[in-house]
Order: sequence, then structure tokens, then C-alpha cells
Amino acid sequence: MSSISPQEIKQEFLKSKTGITGIIILSSLIIISVIAIITIPIETFQEWNNPEKWISYPKVATPVWVNLFMIEKIPEHKILDSPNIQTNSNGEVFLTSHQFGVNFDYDDFPNDFIYIFSSEYSGSPILEMSVIRPDGMKLELISTSLPHANSEIIHSERIFSTDSSIKKNLLLQSEKFLFNLDNLSSEDIVFSKSESNKPLKGNYIFSIDTFSINSQPQSLESEFIIGGKAFGIMGTDELRRDLAIGLLWGTPLALFIGLVVSIASVVMGLLYGVYAGFKGKKTDETLMRFNDVLYALPALPFLIILSVTISNSIFVMVGFLMIFGWVGIAKVARSMSLQIKTRGYVDAANMMGQKDSKIVLKHILPQLLPYAFASVAISVPAAITTEAGLSFLGLGDPSFPTWGQILHDANTFGASSRGLWWWIMPPGVMVAITGLAFVFIGNALDAIVNPKLKR
Amino acid sequence: MKRYVITRMATMFGVLMITLLITVLLVGSNMDTILKQGIVFQVRAEVTENPSIVESFSSVDEFEAFIQKKIEQRNKILGLDEPWFSPQRVGFTMYKILLLDFGHATFLTSDEGSSNVKDIIFEKLPRTILLFTTATIIISIIGIFLGALSASRIGSIVDRITSSFAIISSSFPVWWIGMLMIFLFSFTWQIFPARATPDISSSDPAYIGSLLYHMALPLITIVMIGFGAWAYLVRNFMVGIMQEDFIMAKKTIGIKQKKITYTHALKNAAPPIVTILALSLSGSLGGAIITEAVFDWPGMGRLYFEAITVMDLPVIIGATYILTVFFLISIFIADLLYGYFDPRVRTGT
Repeated sequence: MSSISPQEIKQEFLKSKTGITGIIILSSLIIISVIAIITIPIETFQEWNNPEKWISYPKVATPVWVNLFMIEKIPEHKILDSPNIQTNSNGEVFLTSHQFGVNFDYDDFPNDFIYIFSSEYSGSPILEMSVIRPDGMKLELISTSLPHANSEIIHSERIFSTDSSIKKNLLLQSEKFLFNLDNLSSEDIVFSKSESNKPLKGNYIFSIDTFSINSQPQSLESEFIIGGKAFGIMGTDELRRDLAIGLLWGTPLALFIGLVVSIASVVMGLLYGVYAGFKGKKTDETLMRFNDVLYALPALPFLIILSVTISNSIFVMVGFLMIFGWVGIAKVARSMSLQIKTRGYVDAANMMGQKDSKIVLKHILPQLLPYAFASVAISVPAAITTEAGLSFLGLGDPSFPTWGQILHDANTFGASSRGLWWWIMPPGVMVAITGLAFVFIGNALDAIVNPKLKR
Repeated sequence: MKRYVITRMATMFGVLMITLLITVLLVGSNMDTILKQGIVFQVRAEVTENPSIVESFSSVDEFEAFIQKKIEQRNKILGLDEPWFSPQRVGFTMYKILLLDFGHATFLTSDEGSSNVKDIIFEKLPRTILLFTTATIIISIIGIFLGALSASRIGSIVDRITSSFAIISSSFPVWWIGMLMIFLFSFTWQIFPARATPDISSSDPAYIGSLLYHMALPLITIVMIGFGAWAYLVRNFMVGIMQEDFIMAKKTIGIKQKKITYTHALKNAAPPIVTILALSLSGSLGGAIITEAVFDWPGMGRLYFEAITVMDLPVIIGATYILTVFFLISIFIADLLYGYFDPRVRTGT
């Protein structure tokens, strides 16, 4: 542990391949965090546990890119929210037509289709939904009147494909199909070839026409959802949440937890250990016995009890993790400072009458800095996996979607025995990659600081 | 040596007391509420079971007052009238726990149906020992040999694979690998059961076979994730020792490399290795909370997890205490062994 200048460390570090790999991974994680913070508004992840927010998303949908490897393409979940709007007025009757075009190019039927709208009107407008299929066939789906209103009101409704009147309308048009429609669901009929019950590929146009008398309804919201089995880059979970958002937001959270915990514990440990080693005698003895006590506390059970009884807020948790983090570092720092203390220049400083605090801060601590950096890097993965473990047990902060939290949900819904790999793999891989980045950096630094490990 | 042992023992006992005190203080207020509710329930049950008492009251108020009085009486007998943080009560609780009297669990029971916390814990403990101690032993054997092998051939393929495997495997959480293993080996290829709890009763002769079969997947997982780090650790100790002069001297005399590695170098690396072995053996008793929860292994870890989910405080306290005791005993043994192998430690310099 001779003194190495920062330049030497930098040079040595740049030579080590693992160190460089670690830095590359870490910087890409930081970029991901920045992207997450900029592109995904904070409100989104605060609504992570609000089922209302995710209602238009599909349940346990695979990632979209799975289709690249599939011969039979899985239908994608499509949320169409920009309809082609046409308005017509024929004297007293106003016609508003919303058209949604969709290219359906999959080998399986969609799960369902839903039309979500809310509009402001008076009177009793009539709503008609129909679809023009790629083979030119036009199917009438539903014709319903909106609730009557004497004055202007806002009405919101969802029309589901499971609606019995859609099925009834389709059965009335059963002569267009060459097979029996009785036991099929509406979406299986609408998206089916006419000769056999197989998905028909091509462009579908769903049009929703609203007829009203005297006044034109104001459309406030108009969304057409084709419920599929694939969605987004990372898929969705049982509660319809977009896993990509959870994973993205998990990155800054994990980095925050890991870095804050490890930096704070290293600083605490260093100061404590150096002070004990420098003072020696009674002070050293007392401080080290206290250290022994903390060292012997079983960390995980205590973390669990603390988070159950005191608070499971993420910030409090960071504090708890620190309590157990600094102990080992203090021990090493103490023994190192015992060695440095015997050096001539410390004696000299002492004789010159410098204050203890100044000697510790100016002459001993700087010598320990390389070790400090290495231990920061090495203790980050432990902090991240511990937090992930606590969240996995369901003791984490429910208001933040950390990776452990996602895995906890996955386990609760039996993702591994149901084969929902996209729910289990990515969070764990992210935990591991983040850990690896810091382990790489830490090992590279360690090899420089501890020349004994060099071959 | 005697002084060393005594100071260590005193420290350990102090730690045990502090752990106990912290646990009691942390869960004390909740525990107090639960105890008092239990007494209210008990008194009401006793009174209503006895119709003659109920009939002897003319009004509801009088009846309520009678019950209230009885509850207070009982609280006083049990010493619950003092606040839970009063020194007598904390001291009494700690004394009871020291004697392994953890009281009765609020919700959980052992397989036989006993709600005595001691029974529950001593039913689960052997299963945890069976799984995790076996795993730790396998891990350490593989680790020591692989470590010694790569230390004797630094820079070889074996060494590189071991080192990179160690680094990579140590950054994966074991429980996550567990989930993946369940996904692969019980869902995709249905080789092993997903739940590790044996599904036949323990009196059945086929029980042991079933237990071992259910144990396989968690065992494989733990060993797979664990041995890399061990090998890496042993390797680093050995590398340090291989550079010492006495090894060089042995090499120049002409003793075979293999003999040097496995007898002389390994022996000198023994103190830290034994220490870590002792620590990980004890860690294997309690640090598996999450892994057991994933595999549904009916041991201490899952007990702890269940106790936390339903907030069964007597069980939490009991399990924490037992785990701490084991942890301390093993630290103590590790310290003694270290002192035995490395005489410098004993004198305290």
C-alpha cells in the first residue's frame, strides 16, 4: 500500500480491460437513467401502482420483438388514439365519423377490441360502429343510442367486443361466413377469413359514426384498442403495467441506492477506522468493541425487522443499509492507519504541534483514498442486491418501481411457473449488469491498490 | 490464550444482549398491544363460557365493568400495567428469551399443530441445516480445490474461467437464479418440482426420497452460485502464499508443484479459509430467507418470511434470537480457530 499518484492509477486503470468494460457499462446505465428521467414524466412512475392508469394496456403481453423470431406472428396490442375525423351536416342531422385504420398482419386472433370515448352533447345521439375488412366485406357491429340529456353533458363509455349486442349483430350477418359462428367470440369473427375460421391479414378500417340532431357532439376522447398478446419493448405484467417503464425507472433508483449507500458507508467507515487507529489505546479499544457489536449483528433479519417496524420508505432504507455497510471498512481502515501512523512524516507533523484533525484529514486520509474508491465500487452491488432482496420479500417502498419490486410482483403472480420469462429475466439481468459494472471497476482498482494480487 | 477466549466470550455475550434488546425494543410496542388484546379475548371467552356469571348481572354496564375489572386484574398479575418499555418488563422479556421461552405464536403453527414458538423453530431448523449446510459443504469442497488448482496455474484457462465465473456469479442474486431455475427446470422442462416442500407426510418411508428429490433444485442453484466466489477467494489467498519465500525454497529443493500446492500452500492458507467456512456455515442457517421463500423450502428462512408477512412477533423474536446465537457461536469458533492457526492474533498485536 505504498503511495500511488492519481495519474498512475488512471494510467493503470486504462490498461485494464475489465475496468474499461465496467466504465462502459456504467456510463450506459447512466445514459439510461438520464433518458428515463427526461422522457418518462415523474407522474408515470408515481402511478405505477394505480390500476386505472394501465387499463388500456394488455395483460401479460410478450415483448413485441418476440415476433421477429416467431413463424406464427403474435398479434400486437394496438392503441389507436388519432382517428381520422370527418364531419357532415345534412340540414338538421349532424354526422361525425371517426375512422381507425389498422394493419392486422398476425397469425392469431386478437384478445378483444375496445372503443373508449367520451363526448359532450345534448339530446340523444346514436352511435354506430362498423368495420370494413381487407376483403371488402363490411360488418355492422353495434348501433346504440347514448343516454338522453336535456342540457350539455359529458358522457364516457367503453364499448367492449364482449358486448352481447355486437355478437347478436354478427350472428345476423352469419350468411357472409361459411362456418358456424355460434360458439365464437366477436373478435374471432371480425378478424376471420370468410371461408374458414382463420385470421385474415390486411387493412381493417373501424368506423364509428355518431348521428345527432340539432347540435354537434364534441368528442373529448376517442380511442380504439385492439387487444393483443404482445406489447412494447419489454411486455407487460399481470396488472397491465408496461414493464419497460418500470425497468427504465429502476435504473436511476438502483444507482441512487447503490452509490449513496456505498459512498456514505465508506466515508463513515474511513473516518471511524482512521480515528480509532490514529488515537489508539483506550479510544481504539472502545471504538473497536462497538464495531465488533455491529459486525456481529445479523444484517438481513435486522433490516427486515427495521423495515417492518419503522418505515419502508426508500430513503430510510438507504439509512438502514448504511448502518451495516461501514463496519467492515472501518476495520480495514483502522489497520491501515495503524501502519501509516508509524511513518516519519506523521510523527513530524505531530511534533510540529498540528491538530489531530488536521493530521488525520491531511496526512492519513489521502493515503487511503485509492482503497476508498475500490471499496465504494465493490460495495455497490451488495447494496443493490440487498435492496432488491428486501423489495423482493415485499418490504420495499411500494411507491417506487425498483427491480426488486418488479420481481416481487412476478413471484407473487407465479411468473416462473407460468413461463412469463419477460417478467423475470430483464429485472434480474439489470441487477446483475449493474452489479457487474461496479465489480469490474472495483476489481480493476483493487488490483492497482493491492499489488499482491498482480501476477 | 485464556484471556483471549474470555474477552471474546464477553464480547459475544454483550452482542447477544444488545441484539436482543434492540429486537425487543423494536417490536415491543406491537407485542404489548397483541398481548393485551389476547388477554381481553381470553377473559371474555372465559366469562361467556360460564352462563351462571352472565346471568348474575342485571345490566350490561355492570357486566362490562366486571369484565374490565377482570382484565385489569390479569394485566396486573402479568405485569402488563406498566408501560412496555419499563426496565422490569424489558428485562423480564429478555430473561425469558434467554431461556428459550419465546411464548406462543400468534398465527403460525408447526406441522404437528403446536403453536409453541420453540417447537416451531426446532421443527424448521433441521430442514434448513439439511439444505444449506449440505450446500455450503459442497461449495467449500469444490471451491477449495478449484481455487487451489487455479492458483497453481495462474493465467491458465482454468484460472481465467474460474475468476470470471466467480465475478459474474457473485453479482447475480441467488434468489433470482432460483426463479430462473424454476422457470427452466420445472416449467419448460419438467424435471424438478417447482415447490420444494415434500408433498407426503414425514412418517411415510418414501419421505426421504421425496425430500431429496425436492431438495435437488435449490441445492443445485445454491451450489452453482456459491462455489465461484469461494474458488476466487481461495485462489487469491493461495496466490499471495505462493509468492512467499518458503514456497520458492521448496520449489528449488525439487518438491513437486502438486505437493506444494495441496499440502504446504493450502495449509498456510488455512486460517482465513477456516474462518470463512465457519462464518458461511452459520450464515447458511439464516441468510437464506429469500432463497427459501423462492423455493418454498419449509425451513427457518421461510418461517421468518411467513412470520413477517403476518407480523407474528413471538416467532420473529425467537427466530432472530436463534439466528443471532448461531451467528455469534460461529464467529466465536472462527475467532478461536484463527487464534489457533495464527498465534499472532492471540497476543493482540
